[in-house]
Amino acid sequence: MDKMPRWADVVLIPLISLMLAFIASGLVVLAIGENPIQAITVMVKGALGSTSGLGYTLYYATNYMFTGLAVAVAFHARMFNIGGEGQAAIAGVGATLVILAFDWPHWALALPFAIMGAALFGGFWAAVPAYLQAKRGSHIVITTIMFNFIAAAVMGFLLNGVLKNPNTQNAETVKFPAGAHLPTAHEMLAPLGINFSKSAPLNISFLLALLCAFLVWFLLWRTRLGYSIRAFGQSEKGAKYAGISAFKIIMISMFISGALAGMLSINVVMGEQERLIKEFVEGAGFVGIAVALMGRNHPVGIILASILFGMLTQGGFELLWEMPNISKEVVLVIQGMIILFTGALDYMVRGPVEKLFLRMHKGA
Amino acid sequence: MANAQLKERQETAAPAIELVGISKAFGPVQANKDITLSVARGSIHGIVGENGAGKSTLMSILYGFYKADAGEIYIGGKKTPIPDSSAAIAAGIGMVHQHFKLVENFTVLENVILGMEDGPMLRPSLAKARKLLQQLSDEYELSVDPDALVENLSVGHQQRVEILKALYRKADILILDEPTGVLTPAEADHVFRILQGLKEQGKTIILITHKLREIMEITDTVSVMRRGEMTATVKTAETSPEQLAELMVGRKVLLQIDKKPATPGADILEVKNLEVTDDKGVKRLKGISLEVRAGEILGIAGVSGNGQTELLEVLGGYMPASGTILINGTEIDLTGKHSDGQSRRKRGIAHVPEDRQAEGLIMDFAAWENMIFGYQNDPAYNKNALMMDNAAIRKETAAKMERFDVRPPIPALQAKNFSGGNQQKIVLAREIERNPDLLLVGQPTRGVDIGAIEFIHQRIVELRDEGKAILLVSVELEEILSLSDRILVMFDGHIMGERDPAKTDEKELGMLMAGMETNGGAN
Amino acid sequence: MDTANFFLQALLTADMTIRVSVVLIFACLAGLFSERAGIFDIGLEGKMLISAFFTAAVSYQTGYIWYGVAAGIAASLVFALIHGVASITFRGNQLISGVAINFLASGLTVVIGHAWFKKGGLTPPLSDAERFHEITLPFADTLRDVPILGPIYADVISGHKLLVYVAMLIVPLTWWLLYRTRFGLRLRAVGENPASVDTAGVSVVRYRYAAVLIAGVLCGLGGAYLSTSQGAAFGKEMTAGRGFIALAALIFAKWRPWYALMACLLFGFLEAISNLFPNINVFGLFEIPVQFTQALPYILTVVILAGFVGKAIPPRAGGEPYVKER
Repeated sequence: MDKMPRWADVVLIPLISLMLAFIASGLVVLAIGENPIQAITVMVKGALGSTSGLGYTLYYATNYMFTGLAVAVAFHARMFNIGGEGQAAIAGVGATLVILAFDWPHWALALPFAIMGAALFGGFWAAVPAYLQAKRGSHIVITTIMFNFIAAAVMGFLLNGVLKNPNTQNAETVKFPAGAHLPTAHEMLAPLGINFSKSAPLNISFLLALLCAFLVWFLLWRTRLGYSIRAFGQSEKGAKYAGISAFKIIMISMFISGALAGMLSINVVMGEQERLIKEFVEGAGFVGIAVALMGRNHPVGIILASILFGMLTQGGFELLWEMPNISKEVVLVIQGMIILFTGALDYMVRGPVEKLFLRMHKGA
Repeated sequence: MANAQLKERQETAAPAIELVGISKAFGPVQANKDITLSVARGSIHGIVGENGAGKSTLMSILYGFYKADAGEIYIGGKKTPIPDSSAAIAAGIGMVHQHFKLVENFTVLENVILGMEDGPMLRPSLAKARKLLQQLSDEYELSVDPDALVENLSVGHQQRVEILKALYRKADILILDEPTGVLTPAEADHVFRILQGLKEQGKTIILITHKLREIMEITDTVSVMRRGEMTATVKTAETSPEQLAELMVGRKVLLQIDKKPATPGADILEVKNLEVTDDKGVKRLKGISLEVRAGEILGIAGVSGNGQTELLEVLGGYMPASGTILINGTEIDLTGKHSDGQSRRKRGIAHVPEDRQAEGLIMDFAAWENMIFGYQNDPAYNKNALMMDNAAIRKETAAKMERFDVRPPIPALQAKNFSGGNQQKIVLAREIERNPDLLLVGQPTRGVDIGAIEFIHQRIVELRDEGKAILLVSVELEEILSLSDRILVMFDGHIMGERDPAKTDEKELGMLMAGMETNGGAN
Repeated sequence: MDTANFFLQALLTADMTIRVSVVLIFACLAGLFSERAGIFDIGLEGKMLISAFFTAAVSYQTGYIWYGVAAGIAASLVFALIHGVASITFRGNQLISGVAINFLASGLTVVIGHAWFKKGGLTPPLSDAERFHEITLPFADTLRDVPILGPIYADVISGHKLLVYVAMLIVPLTWWLLYRTRFGLRLRAVGENPASVDTAGVSVVRYRYAAVLIAGVLCGLGGAYLSTSQGAAFGKEMTAGRGFIALAALIFAKWRPWYALMACLLFGFLEAISNLFPNINVFGLFEIPVQFTQALPYILTVVILAGFVGKAIPPRAGGEPYVKER
């Protein structure tokens, strides 16, 4: 018998956890002598109040969708991929190599190849730890953490060496050819008569992220590969009985996970920076963990959670102007609280809710 | 002289353990019902019973793992509540668990003193333990190298460490739970010599086992448990294995099944000299040979843990083994390198696993997802190379649920929301409707309600009548007796013998299951 | 490069190795206690960061270093307690709890620092009274003239700050505690097979909490060292991944204290040479890029983890919440 109805598990518990996280963060804001209600109002207004704000919000949300989906796919196979950060970085190299290889005539041609480059490199960077887990039993969490740092070193090496733009002091590549410029929200919406902010970095990658969310849903719940991934993740013993190969599932799910994390580079490197810079991932790989937890590892939940996290990130920047006493890192506090309450302290929320439903059930 | 005094004291003293009216329920299951037991000081007391008879629960109550719902415990005549393990230790009770509670990369000495150190520093405790261990090993043939790492010791030696642990804690009462399950016969004999020695020193020993030979050989008194109740306590010298077997299995009411005589055909499954060694190096199958013919049910009886699980897993394709297996005359791979659960299914083997919750079903999956579990690659369930045909699967599931009377007949319901019997029907529907040449069935009615049992049995017989071969593994003797056309009894990784269900009874099977030879093998 | 110059460079490198290794040693031993008791701790980084901040902030505010250290340790302990509650009491995922702690530390240090000192998350630079001082060991100056050994004693061994010597002392202390005391025996048993401790009538929960809190204290010291000894103020993200290098060192050391010291010194040495000699030219043949030296600790750890060179087997019950069973 179920301890509680499904909606409680999918909606109620995340909402309670989210509320606790916001209350705890509010207490922090209160402790530094500021008004948390005012702060949240500023953040929401800053995130949604203008097309520029919205453009940034959705731009960040795009990143989080990619990394959230990456964590979720791995999670369905009971793999904790904490290496999104490194996978996205290396994927940036893949995308860059493809983009710089040709003088692309049109973005529509460049994009699919850049995606392939990014997916291949990101997937590879996840596949090595996956192989070590499947064949050598090396704990995937530790190896993916290590691979984050190795990736940072690789990036430093490449951007100070072979890939460096000789004309600047910075560790970055040359600017991408104009033919690889991805259409921004401003450019895409102008023909429709909508005047979207020109400064906002939101670009076509947002649609790619939505497409990825759909594809992940399709993979997990419509294909037999996804079926096998979920079955393996739910019960390793059951998978053995059914003849599902652990090696295959671990390799494939981690490759897909790394490839998804790699899509972040399409948004940031190709869509915004239009060159490869060193630290373009900026912690989005880790935020993906929070997004996946919050979204209960389901693409719909992940889309909603990424938008929430996008709002937080953009709203955090807005605090800088309106409430200079609160630094934008308050967003990290909120994210941390969300990870804590929805992830690590899940049982603390779940236990009482289950009891409550059990009592109601008995009473009825 | 000294011995005579000791004997006198034993007889006059209060019993070492007295349990009065112990009851314990887990949800609706009554694991222990009003159990009363008295064990004399300085004796070896055996407790026998089938799987699930409540032996382990009773001992767990005595060792403080579970709290009894009702009843009292007296140790040495004094009422002693035992809320946790430390209270049990303080009361002089030591326990040797079936699965050892040792720290593998600690030395023997470290394991022995763990939790019983004399002070904050280890050195004095270790020195003391070393001396005591030396003494104990001289006294009781309990020699182990005190500085060896436990992971480097044989299973037999690890068990000695567990006994030493209990003795170091000054245990007067020693409980051993199936102590010989993982031992070689020589090691088992050795343990018995140790127990005998302990008894001579005035220790009280409780031996939980399903092996009647051990009971007859070493115990002074024996209690029989059946379905949570203590059915008898007798002096070993005044009983016989036959009587114990009968007390253990009871007079079982045969479930009546409409069953025509079998008309067996050709061999579908041939197993020759199958051997399995587990990752701890313990031999689980010791040369199994058997065959199952088309149109017959071969029942394998035995107390669980005697190799049946391994046999099923080898046949199901997910445990490597050595030996030969032929399916329809063709040899199949046993190394696991070229075969898995998938290739076995392609060979026409369907498998209802013993543990439906951990293996047979994915509990969080919907019924329709579970209805193709293991057959997800079948083209019938896939629209193309990529997509599954969920609509078709749902439709088929609804039909199968109806045919197998799964309630509620909702394909979208998660497996965990069905009762045990209905979960099992989902698995059976999936496997039987594949129309396999060979059906492996493990514990088909474990945790299943009466109504569903009958239904499940009928389906299995129907499949037989369609000319399929069926290998049935069950710890339920009544199930084995009422379903099988031939019966093999497994004990300690080998086959004790074959019996004809029409010419045998529970008593004889009970003997075989307990490792006692009977002379009925001639048929 | 002549011999004298080489010797000077070697002294410099050795001295710097020790300086940068200290943080690693504290964090690595913290991880050792926690993981030996079966609790994974990827929140070492966060605990050090929060301690680095509070040590610097309180030290600056009160003008007294020891108040700062106490505040740093207290802050780290609060995080350790959160980790304990989540992973021991509520049997949550220890890895996720660690990630949360790292997020909270990154956020809280800057948010509080920004509101407190209005310097964008930094603390003001600390004056001498608010920092640890170099300690000159006895006879350091008189012995300096003894050839070879003199400078080694005077420049490498002597002249460090208090916490350096504390770290060096904590290594043998940890070894002693783990292998020579009842506490250590039980702590290790809890991480290997908690059931063995439970059946012996000892509380698993108590020992796991003890381990997690010790890790909190050690991370507190590591953070304090970072902002008041290695540095002279708190800076945003000043731990810079050292908590993870320490985790790598822990694996490299296969969860043993003396080896942990060695691993930390090795990784510290790599950090020192990447600071002192960014690109190393090997016999004029090729150049080892600085990034390779920086990544070497992580690469070595992956190699060890994969079991290509001596398999690292973590405590067997690591990462698993203990659920009592019969």
